[in-house]
Amino acid sequence: MVIPMLRFLKLCSLLVLLACLPACQTQPTDDALYHELGGMEGITRITDNFIYEIGFDKNIVRHFEETDLDRFREKFIEQVCELSGGPCRYSGDSMVDVHTNMNITEAEFNQTVDLLIAAMNRSGIAHPTQNKLLALLAPTRPDIIYQ
Amino acid sequence: MTTLRYLLAGGVLAFAGWAQAGAGKLQETAGVTQVEGSGGGGLVPWATLSGYDTRDEWSSSVFMTRVSLPDYRLQVFGASASIYDRLELSLARQTFELKNVPFGEREINQRILGLKARVMGDIVYGNWPQMAVGVQYKELENDAIASAIGAQDTDHGTDLYLAVSKAHLGVLWGYNLVWDLTLRATKANQFGLLGYGGDNNDSHEVMAEAAVAALLSRQLAIGFEYRQKPDNLSALEEEDAHDVFVAYLPNKQFNITFAWADLGIIAGEDNQSGAYVSLTGYLW
Repeated sequence: MVIPMLRFLKLCSLLVLLACLPACQTQPTDDALYHELGGMEGITRITDNFIYEIGFDKNIVRHFEETDLDRFREKFIEQVCELSGGPCRYSGDSMVDVHTNMNITEAEFNQTVDLLIAAMNRSGIAHPTQNKLLALLAPTRPDIIYQ
Repeated sequence: MTTLRYLLAGGVLAFAGWAQAGAGKLQETAGVTQVEGSGGGGLVPWATLSGYDTRDEWSSSVFMTRVSLPDYRLQVFGASASIYDRLELSLARQTFELKNVPFGEREINQRILGLKARVMGDIVYGNWPQMAVGVQYKELENDAIASAIGAQDTDHGTDLYLAVSKAHLGVLWGYNLVWDLTLRATKANQFGLLGYGGDNNDSHEVMAEAAVAALLSRQLAIGFEYRQKPDNLSALEEEDAHDVFVAYLPNKQFNITFAWADLGIIAGEDNQSGAYVSLTGYLW
C-alpha cells in the first residue's frame, strides 16, 4: 500500500509543477522588452538584418517581389516597437490584408521565423529576448498563412 | 527473416519520406524518438509527431536507442514516417538482453507497430495544446520468459494513449518551456517485454506519464520524464520509470539524446538505472 501511495504522491507533485508553470512567468515592466531589443536603434538594426536575410532566401524573397521594401521596413519597425512596449503605433494594414493572395504556407512561415531569428542573432539579441519577441509575433500566424 | 522484413518496411517508409519530403516545422518541434518508436520524449510518447513535416509535407526518420542497466541492456531500432503533420506510422524492434544469465533464454525481442494521429492544436502556435491519440501494437517474438514468469498473454498486447503537449515561448526567464501529459491504457509488463497482464491484474489500466523540458537554445533541451507502469505480476514487482535528459538537436537531420533512466525493479533485480543514449536521423 505504501508504494502505490508514494508513486501517487510523486505524480501529484509533477502535476502541481505543471499547473504552476504559467505562474513562473515573470511580469516585466511594460517597455522592458523594447529596451532589451535595444530601443528604436536595436529594432531598426534587427529589421535591416531581417530584410538582408530575406534577400538571400530564394524561396521567401519571391513573396516580396511586389513589396515596397521601404514601406515594409517602416511598418515592421513600428509593429515590433509597439508589440515590445515601445512608443509607437502600428499604422500599416491588417495582417490579413497584407498577406491576402500570397498563399504563404506553414513551412514558408516557419522559414521566415528562422530568418528573423538569424537577423536577431546577427544583431546580438540574447536567446531569451528573442523568445519573448517571437511569443508576441506568433499569434499573427493564422492571419498570415494560406491567405 | 524478421530483420529483413523490418529493413524492407524501413526502406519503404524512408522512400515514402524521400519521395515527398519536407522539413517545414520549426527546429526542435519534432522532438526525439521514444523507446517504443513513437515521437516523444524518451520514455513517454508526446503529442508531437516524429517528423518535421507540415500540413503540405511528408517526412521519415530512423532511430536507435540503447539503455544500459546493471543487469539488462535494452536496444531498440526503428523507422517512422510522418504524414501531413497529421499521422505518424512507426515500427520498432526492441532487444532486451539479460546480462547476468549464464545459460538458457538470454534475450527477449519485441516488435512494436505504432500509429499516432494529431487530433488538434499545434505545440507552438495557438492557445490550445497539441493533442494526439495513438496506439502501440506489441508482439513478443519469443515468449519463453513471459510464460515462465506467469504473464497472462505471452503473444501480443495493445497500448492506447492520449497525449497533450505544449510549448510556452519565453515563459521561463525568457527560455521556452515544453510539457507533455500522456494517459496510456495498458496491461504490458515492463513495456511488454515480460508479456501482457498477470495474476494481480489482467485488464487495461490507465497510467499517467508526463514530461517537462526547458529549451536552453534552438539546439539544446534538458528535461525530466515520469512514466507510471502497471504492477500485474504478484511474484515480480514492477515500479514506475523516470529519467532526466539532455537532447542535442543541431539541425533537422539529426539529434542525439543522453539520459539517466531509472526503470526501478525489473524481474526481481532492483535499482535498474543507467545511461540512455538515443539517435534519430531524418531522411528525405
